[in-house]
Amino acid sequence: MSDETTQKAPAASGPRSAGPGAGAPASGPAGAPGGRKFFRRKKVCKFCTEKIDAISYRDVNLLKQFVAERGKIVPRRLTGVCTTHQRRLTRAIKQARNIALLPFAVKY
Amino acid sequence: MQRFYEVMFIVRPDVQDEDLDKLIASFEATVTNGGGAVRSTEKLGRRKLAYLVRKFSEGNYVLLTIDADGALVSELERRLRVTEQVIKFITVRMDEEQKRLDKIKAIRATRRKVSSEPAAAAPLAEAPEAPAEHAQASA
Repeated sequence: MSDETTQKAPAASGPRSAGPGAGAPASGPAGAPGGRKFFRRKKVCKFCTEKIDAISYRDVNLLKQFVAERGKIVPRRLTGVCTTHQRRLTRAIKQARNIALLPFAVKY
Repeated sequence: MQRFYEVMFIVRPDVQDEDLDKLIASFEATVTNGGGAVRSTEKLGRRKLAYLVRKFSEGNYVLLTIDADGALVSELERRLRVTEQVIKFITVRMDEEQKRLDKIKAIRATRRKVSSEPAAAAPLAEAPEAPAEHAQASA
């Protein structure tokens, strides 16, 4: 039992120390969705870099980039969008869905 | 308290153009009679809907931007709901968003001004300031 705990402790602190050391955001080991231990390269928020302020429900082409094939909203760990913009994006997508510019669900 | 709203509604595809114009005019009249102001009207044309709405797969999209107060918006929505030709509508409040955007633009404008003066003013300002500071520091 003690062996298990001692082995686990260094393993957990390993990637954590490598995280800030490499300078990547803390989404490295914590954001490993499929169980990947090494980190993804830093993904930037498209809205922050291009300085797009207003995300309107009307520009369907922009919104379509953040919607999956089945019509579901893509999580921000896959698209790299920052939290504020993801929230605005979600709101816009839901408004667009209500006005039939985007589908709620696409049948396969 | 006039607030700024965007109202988008979809009209059935089988109405004629003049009927569509009449409909839009009647909604605009509702707004102006109720004490609001119509900022703009845009007809976005016939589009394919993302899903079937009342068995239609296409619709005429119309966008109205208005200045109105809450009671007028409820009245407008009631009329939209009652009108048989309108199959879907959405009202979005835009004034807070507009305030935020204006604020960002104002910040950007001031930032640009400060950074675009530099060609002549800043180096000149910095040059006399620097020796002056050095003089003061040494003294």
